[in-house]
Amino acid sequence: MILLKDATVVNADGIKETDVLIDGGIIAKVGDGLDSYGAEVIDCYGKLVFPGFIDMHCHLREPGQTHKEDIASGAAAAIAGGYTAVCCMPNTTPSVDSPELVRYVRERSADVSGAEVYPIGAITRGQGGKELCEFGAMKEAGAVAVSDDGLPVTDGAVMLNALKYANTFGMLVISHSEDKSISGHGVVNDGENATVAGLRGIPRAAESAAVAREVMLAEECGARIHIAHVSTANSIDVIRSAKKRGVRVTCETCPHYFSATDDEILSYNTNAKINPPLRAQADVDAVIAGIVDGTIDAIATDHAPHHRDEKNREFDYAPFGTVGLETAFSVAYTYLVQPEIITLPDLCRLMSAAPAKILGLDGGKIAEGCRADITVVDPDDEYTVDVQTFRSKGKNSLFDGWRLKGRIVRVFVAGEEKVV
Amino acid sequence: MKRKDLLGIKDLSKSELNEILQSANAMRETIDRRERLTTLAGKQIATLFFENSTRTRNSFDMAAKKTGAQSTGMSASTSSVQKGETLIDTGKTLDAIGFDAIVIRHPASGAPRVLAENVKASVVNAGDGMNEHPTQALLDVLTAKRHFGDIAGLKIVIVGDIKHSRVARSDVLAFTKLGAEVTVCAPYTLMPVGFDGMGAKVETDFDKAIEGANVVMALRLQLERMDQAYFPSIAEYHKYYGVTSKRMLRAADDAVIMHPAPINRGAEVSGEAADGENSLIYEQPTNGVAVRMAVLDYLLGGAK
Repeated sequence: MILLKDATVVNADGIKETDVLIDGGIIAKVGDGLDSYGAEVIDCYGKLVFPGFIDMHCHLREPGQTHKEDIASGAAAAIAGGYTAVCCMPNTTPSVDSPELVRYVRERSADVSGAEVYPIGAITRGQGGKELCEFGAMKEAGAVAVSDDGLPVTDGAVMLNALKYANTFGMLVISHSEDKSISGHGVVNDGENATVAGLRGIPRAAESAAVAREVMLAEECGARIHIAHVSTANSIDVIRSAKKRGVRVTCETCPHYFSATDDEILSYNTNAKINPPLRAQADVDAVIAGIVDGTIDAIATDHAPHHRDEKNREFDYAPFGTVGLETAFSVAYTYLVQPEIITLPDLCRLMSAAPAKILGLDGGKIAEGCRADITVVDPDDEYTVDVQTFRSKGKNSLFDGWRLKGRIVRVFVAGEEKVV
Repeated sequence: MKRKDLLGIKDLSKSELNEILQSANAMRETIDRRERLTTLAGKQIATLFFENSTRTRNSFDMAAKKTGAQSTGMSASTSSVQKGETLIDTGKTLDAIGFDAIVIRHPASGAPRVLAENVKASVVNAGDGMNEHPTQALLDVLTAKRHFGDIAGLKIVIVGDIKHSRVARSDVLAFTKLGAEVTVCAPYTLMPVGFDGMGAKVETDFDKAIEGANVVMALRLQLERMDQAYFPSIAEYHKYYGVTSKRMLRAADDAVIMHPAPINRGAEVSGEAADGENSLIYEQPTNGVAVRMAVLDYLLGGAK
């Protein structure tokens, strides 16, 4: 038994100063002045106690790309970032496109000590965009959603069928919405900074037009769709108006889309090479507005670890992506909560309650009877990000050297304390 | 602090720009007097080219010779790059061999910067992707300056593939820093957003843009960088954006034609205009050698 004493408990519906008793992997009691009954007492005065964060979108690179990351290092990095559960994308080698591979990821998750790892299966075999995967059997094996992520389904008819077939099994489809014929060979946001740096631009319509297609297809067949990492004003407008019509659409954004602009690419910093690309200020403002008005449901990391040698080279040739698991909370806290753009309960909804609801996972709430997935944060600890301290194999962080506030101090997964 | 590298015009202050130009003008005079300098005797220069080039590379070789330095050419197709060596490793090897400067041309924007951050040798950008071609801009400025006497107040129009052109970027930055009024002109497909932010005027109608211009600079159509349908035909392009003798009548009376070469005759410039008496196209390469002598001297020369 563990008693979190005098904690500031943050739920999506409010904040309460109280005690939390953990017993047998479950939150046994929440209330004031609880007796310890021989439990280990942890003084949480001044600390924030959140339901464990849930990352809807990360890349753990196993199987096949374990020089970048593996499930053990990724699950450990998740804990360091306050995540008790993470969902990994299927773009591994091979793609996670069968019940066997889904089971493999679940088994590896059980073997390692860290956050719970839930696989997202592929939509099409080998992410090839043609034949549908076995959604039913993959769901039984433990897949929480399907997505072809960075190789989005080009063929509209295949996508429509994928949505219908997924709907049959109550499977969530996640779309990395990008029209690759529009993004072409672009490497950064198309705009002034691309011109100044002489780097090929990715027009914003590459994302927004694809978001529009996905939303219309989902509306057509009444299926659910979740749009990954939205970054443009027009994408958010499309989703906002679809939600008003009752379309079953949800979406996420990532910390880098509300904390950074494409100014970061002017120094050819390859850690700022991300897909979708960092945008200009107007889009950053639109992302923040979408978070504030609830159009954006969740904050995910799109944690994309790469080997140092892959990133330390010419901008054009470096792969896309920044790691994010170990900085997401602090970036969100520093850029959204500290400036009073959103409240702590809002942040709890974005990082824990909404992902749990969208994915149908336990957690997302500190309440009696819930699974004891808990993250304790010191909101006053200010620090400078140093990638050398990361648990992730990927040191490719956009946030390296940034000054951030709010640090993860303890994490419990099913009542068991993990090493932060 | 002395500058180690020349990566782009965007890094240079106006006074640095003037210092290099002044030196380049003196170098030009030594060329005209057929003198050979020994100021960089003993200096070793590697020219590392990842894209084809004859002019720029020969020009750097000549500049090295005329200052007493030695240059060694390496091309990507014959070097260890073909064996999979990374740019940074190639650079570190050149460092260890003992080169004082590396002149690099590379298809990826920013590549010279990656190199410069990882080597002790001075790095000179001889053109990177669509980013910059600083020595071309310096020679363009020197050519205009020698012809007109002063850059400030000149009206310059740059017409052509602005989108893919590193010359356009470096030229806009250099000419505007020195007080010229620069207009860039292209159809919207070849005109990226943001040139106004760099200090240029943006105009899609060439007949308007050329009005009263002192310098008409035509850019080469970089067909090798075009992966999409940017314009329907060379004929239509020439009709609306070609520099012709007839169109030159709209420019200022003293107007000159410049072109970074190689020329696609009948595309961006008519043969008649290129060979006309107001063409400085064959003045530019000589100034190119002078500018590169000045740049090498600026980076490698003794204490000033």
